[in-house]
Amino acid sequence: MFGYTFRRVVSGLLVLLATSVAVFALFFYGPSDPALAYCPETRCTPERLSNIRTALELDRPVVEQYGDYMKGIVAGNDFEAGSIVIPCDAPCLGVSFKLRVNVTEYLLARFPATLSLAVGGSVIFLTLGVTMGIFAARVRGTVADKVIVGASLVINSIPYYLVALLAFLYLISQWGIFPNSKYVSPFQEGPIAWAAGLLLPWMVIGITSSTQYARFSRGSMIETLNEDYVRTARAKGLSDRRVTLKHALRAAVVPVVTIFGLEFAYLLAGTIFTERIFDIQGIGLTALNAIGTKDLPIISATVLIAAAFVVTANIVVDVIYSLLDPRVRL
Amino acid sequence: MTDSTFLTSEGTESSPNAAQGVPGAAAPYLVVEDLTVRFPTADGLVQAVTDLSYTLEQGKTLGIVGESGSGKSVASMAIMGLHDVKRSRMTGSIRVDGREIVGLPNNRLQEMRGGEVSMIFQDPLSALHPFYSIGAQISEAYRAHSKVSRSKAKAKAIEMLDRVGIPQARNRVDDYPHQFSGGMRQRAMIAMALVNDPKLLIADEPTTALDVTVQAQILDLLQELQRDFNSAVIIITHDLGVVAEMADEVLVMYGGRAVEHGPTRELLTHPEMPYTWGLLSSVPDVTADTSARLIPIPGNPPSLLNPPEGCSFHPRCLHRDKVPGDLCRTELPLLIEGNRGPNHLKRCHLANPDMIYESEVLPEIAPDLVEFVRTDAATDVSPEDR
Repeated sequence: MFGYTFRRVVSGLLVLLATSVAVFALFFYGPSDPALAYCPETRCTPERLSNIRTALELDRPVVEQYGDYMKGIVAGNDFEAGSIVIPCDAPCLGVSFKLRVNVTEYLLARFPATLSLAVGGSVIFLTLGVTMGIFAARVRGTVADKVIVGASLVINSIPYYLVALLAFLYLISQWGIFPNSKYVSPFQEGPIAWAAGLLLPWMVIGITSSTQYARFSRGSMIETLNEDYVRTARAKGLSDRRVTLKHALRAAVVPVVTIFGLEFAYLLAGTIFTERIFDIQGIGLTALNAIGTKDLPIISATVLIAAAFVVTANIVVDVIYSLLDPRVRL
Repeated sequence: MTDSTFLTSEGTESSPNAAQGVPGAAAPYLVVEDLTVRFPTADGLVQAVTDLSYTLEQGKTLGIVGESGSGKSVASMAIMGLHDVKRSRMTGSIRVDGREIVGLPNNRLQEMRGGEVSMIFQDPLSALHPFYSIGAQISEAYRAHSKVSRSKAKAKAIEMLDRVGIPQARNRVDDYPHQFSGGMRQRAMIAMALVNDPKLLIADEPTTALDVTVQAQILDLLQELQRDFNSAVIIITHDLGVVAEMADEVLVMYGGRAVEHGPTRELLTHPEMPYTWGLLSSVPDVTADTSARLIPIPGNPPSLLNPPEGCSFHPRCLHRDKVPGDLCRTELPLLIEGNRGPNHLKRCHLANPDMIYESEVLPEIAPDLVEFVRTDAATDVSPEDR
């Protein structure tokens, strides 16, 4: 188990290293010049452009800049811009070109909003999806089952941003059924204000994603309900409830855990549509804005963080696997 | 099965006709009467079991033999009430200890399942839950029927594992199924099935997934436990060797129907139905001389969606033309008394099965036994080429 985790962590770090190289390469050798973004179109002289390059340290060799970036992550790297010094302790993800702030701190401050969205949404889609899936599997072939599968397909085929946008326009702007969506800290403003601001985004994430979990856990459940060991459990004289919830569900959740692990990682990396539409200052919205302003340190930081979540989620899923299934030994 | 002494059975075994009830005698422990099981599917009605009747007494063993799809497992799962009422149609009667099973609500069936009646499945690796320890699965079966503490149930699990011959049961009780060998898994399965002292044990191909040497051990164990617990046992198999070893009585099934039923030794030495001959011809016999041939039954089992007209075996039967008037193709034979009295039933139109068996079938499959079995002046028919 320890050796396994160690190997996975090392290979995960290699993935992150490759990701950072790729982001850097794309940025510097890509089709658009980042310095141009900070040069006003009407008054952009070549001198001015070169000054901006110098100020952003974009004139230094790419390898050198990458080396500085890595050094910052490992050891910290304070930035000096004229008379101002921006302290940046490890892990330092650089200083924003546009906002001139420490990227690590900046993103850290936005992470609770994204985390709140991800956790709340997941709770809803897991509960709703898995419950519907189990129910549909138990009544498979009936009208109820067909309604669940059909509704799930319909909801799934509507683009997510459309659902989110319509929910926002009607339920908040037009009819005012839900309070204005926003993120407030549950520790400062209290959990009720926190939940109220996120309620609709949670429901939109929860309901749209639940359909996929409903179909997935339905399929997985039908498969396990046909397993010999489920028949054995019934032959032992256990109640239907115990057979379904203990014997079948235990095996049926294993594949659900896999897709959930990855999906949760994506959610943590920032739900761009949700955060944009509901105006929630999280990682996703930050990344979106940074792309608009070609703010390399923020872009590469959000990409790195996303990659780190995916890598971590994979390791965590494997560990959970080994806890669920005694045949899997890491 | 052809090596036993060829004495005609004196009919001491329980009569297959006892379903009607013998006046003055207690009813047999298990009575199956006109059991019919149908599964509605998108393609039509699957006629899995049709008009099956038999009885079984405490302490006796019934072997049910047939190919895959003959209905042998479906019929036995019906006794456990394991068919989903929403996905199957069951008519007829199954009485366990006088109690009717067909139509019983699920909660009543639950009390019976694993308690009075329990079942051993074919492949213990897939029949045991991979995520729970052996001990937990046995204790769970025990606690489903007795209100005892977890620690008592675990002690019982250890006791049962010990009973079925798992060495160091106390150390193995927390092992998972994948940590057991195939034979040990089947022993654990048997321990689980017997934990509540069932009066009827149904073993569905209990040795099919096992090595030959382990098979013998498991069969011995089953026999020993049957003696100790005095349970009635139904052993479902396609292996006539298992039947010869274990069963007091044999029921041969084909296409969902009983086609031959009688005391084991008699049925195996004087089979009266061509399908049974076919089964016997398909069994390799290591002691037989080299001129003995292994003859597979031609064709495939019948469709249960559209069973053939007449006798369901007629499309594969080598002897159908010996019956006058094309009867085999047009008329379903009844399950009637054969040449050896009311204990031995057969479903076949052939008027002289003994003669055909002795002159045409036996010389091919066991030439060394022909003289032994032949009772009347043999005709000079040599086995023709098929």
